[in-house]
Amino acid sequence: MHTMNDTNYAIEIHEAASALEAQMIFRDVNFYYGKFHALKAVSLEVYKRHVTAFIGPSGCGKSTLLRTMNRMYDLYPEQRATGELLFDGENILDRKVDVNVLRAKVGMVFQKPTPFPMSIYENIAFGVRLNERLSLGEMDERVEWALTKAALWNETKDKLKQSGMSLSGGQQQRLCIARGIAVKPEVLLLDEPTSALDPISTLSIEELISELKTDFTIAIVTHNMQQAARISDYTAYMYLGEMIEFGLTDQVFIKPKKKETEDYITGRFG
Amino acid sequence: MNAPRDSVVLAPAISHKLGDWLFFNLTRAFAAFTLVVLAGIIISLLISSWPALQKFGFSFLWTREWNPPVEQFGALIPIYGTITTSLIALIIAVPVSFGIALFLTELSPVWLRRPLGIAIELLAAVPSIVYGMWGLMVFVPIFAQYVQPALSATVGRLPLIGRLFAGAPLGIGILAAGIILAIMIIPFIASVMRDVFEVTPAMLKESAYGLGSTTWEVVWNIVLPYTRVGVIGGIMLGLGRALGETMAVTFVIGNSSSLSSISLYTPGNSITSTLANEFGEATPGIYTASLIELGLILFLITFVVLVFSRLLLLRLAKQEGTKT
Repeated sequence: MHTMNDTNYAIEIHEAASALEAQMIFRDVNFYYGKFHALKAVSLEVYKRHVTAFIGPSGCGKSTLLRTMNRMYDLYPEQRATGELLFDGENILDRKVDVNVLRAKVGMVFQKPTPFPMSIYENIAFGVRLNERLSLGEMDERVEWALTKAALWNETKDKLKQSGMSLSGGQQQRLCIARGIAVKPEVLLLDEPTSALDPISTLSIEELISELKTDFTIAIVTHNMQQAARISDYTAYMYLGEMIEFGLTDQVFIKPKKKETEDYITGRFG
Repeated sequence: MNAPRDSVVLAPAISHKLGDWLFFNLTRAFAAFTLVVLAGIIISLLISSWPALQKFGFSFLWTREWNPPVEQFGALIPIYGTITTSLIALIIAVPVSFGIALFLTELSPVWLRRPLGIAIELLAAVPSIVYGMWGLMVFVPIFAQYVQPALSATVGRLPLIGRLFAGAPLGIGILAAGIILAIMIIPFIASVMRDVFEVTPAMLKESAYGLGSTTWEVVWNIVLPYTRVGVIGGIMLGLGRALGETMAVTFVIGNSSSLSSISLYTPGNSITSTLANEFGEATPGIYTASLIELGLILFLITFVVLVFSRLLLLRLAKQEGTKT
């Protein structure tokens, strides 16, 4: 199951992870934007119902890595990935994979809140309708469930008919998270989900992430190292498209194995 | 707080103020100019059409007869022609333009986007008289020989709407004019739709794709609602052009001021084609006044269309929940 060759840290992770189940396994994944080589032979595992944080300077490939997990790059013809990315035992980089089914299982939330131009209720129901046929009553329940999970129900239960765009930034981002979990995915990809939010909204999203990991596997890209340290179980440090260090968050932050990682997290980088 | 002010600092501020004042009033004058022109046109139309307004009253709107020798004028047939041809044009042009814009923004390979986009913009630049001549000499014969018989044999057999496709396949007529208008307004609607589709944030589309939507679901449920103001604006631009188009319509509509059946195959007249054909030879007095009243009616129709599109946007906003 584990194929990481780098014995420097693979053994330790293996021990820590023995009780864990891998949700996604990257094996020598390369990614290209046209000719630009953005991910270089990346291998790692994302564990089920844990939070994995990806840190590193801008342009290091961490968002790209996230976008391979739901094949979002498929929308752009000049982007391609090679290697193996196993999800439930299936290589999802394979052309034959149905991306619509994959994306229903791997939800995504972006840097900025992106509420759809429709009511709060419809924002949640939209994705559910794409994948399931529910009765009106079941849909009501699902919307309430998702909004409750995203800690937004109390604020919105009286105005479900109002536009999703009428909410504040932090509420909009929680709406996007609710929309993502409403389709009951297995994995939730968060691409700098708090970078456009104020500190209080950021805190509530962080608390939300900690609660959501009991049900979902979470992969989060963040520029904020304190955030990675606070909310993640595992941390991957990337630089120039390469995976420099991957391990338990405490270990990466307190006793990093690599000099580059230490320089970055102590702010001596560059 | 009450520190003495430095006059050296104040001096440029005054000249700035003067510049601001000039700029503000200059732009305001330009804006006011449009209002003056608008009012001027309405007033002069009213004055020139006054004899007809007085003689026929509101019955002008629903009188069929248009008979210059006996000075009996009614606008029903030109109004019917204008509205019907424009409606046909919209029914054809809106879905086609949507398809073009959808293809150009979401489906087309990147290398094809620019050439196709430019081709569509070039179509918009073709003078309307060229469309008219092409319509009369190329389109109409083919239309009469192949398309009209085929339509009669298929949709013409249906109950109710079948009557719209009955009668002799003359080629020229209301339907031909509507189709030519559709071809003329497609580039306008398509390029506006493409432009507004392109400004939809990539992240918004990606979040819909991220839930497992297909391209169609993303465009229909996300892009279209997000860009509705622009899309409706583009459609109204096309409709405005269709309502006011003169040359191309005059070539192919048949220019008949009597209308014998509701079939779209029959020749008719639009407000603009009536004006173009008759204004030159109209005698002063009630004939000219009636023609000018036709112009006034066209103006009102366009105005009503504009108001209607505003109301439509307001209703859509209510449905979405941004306004209550």
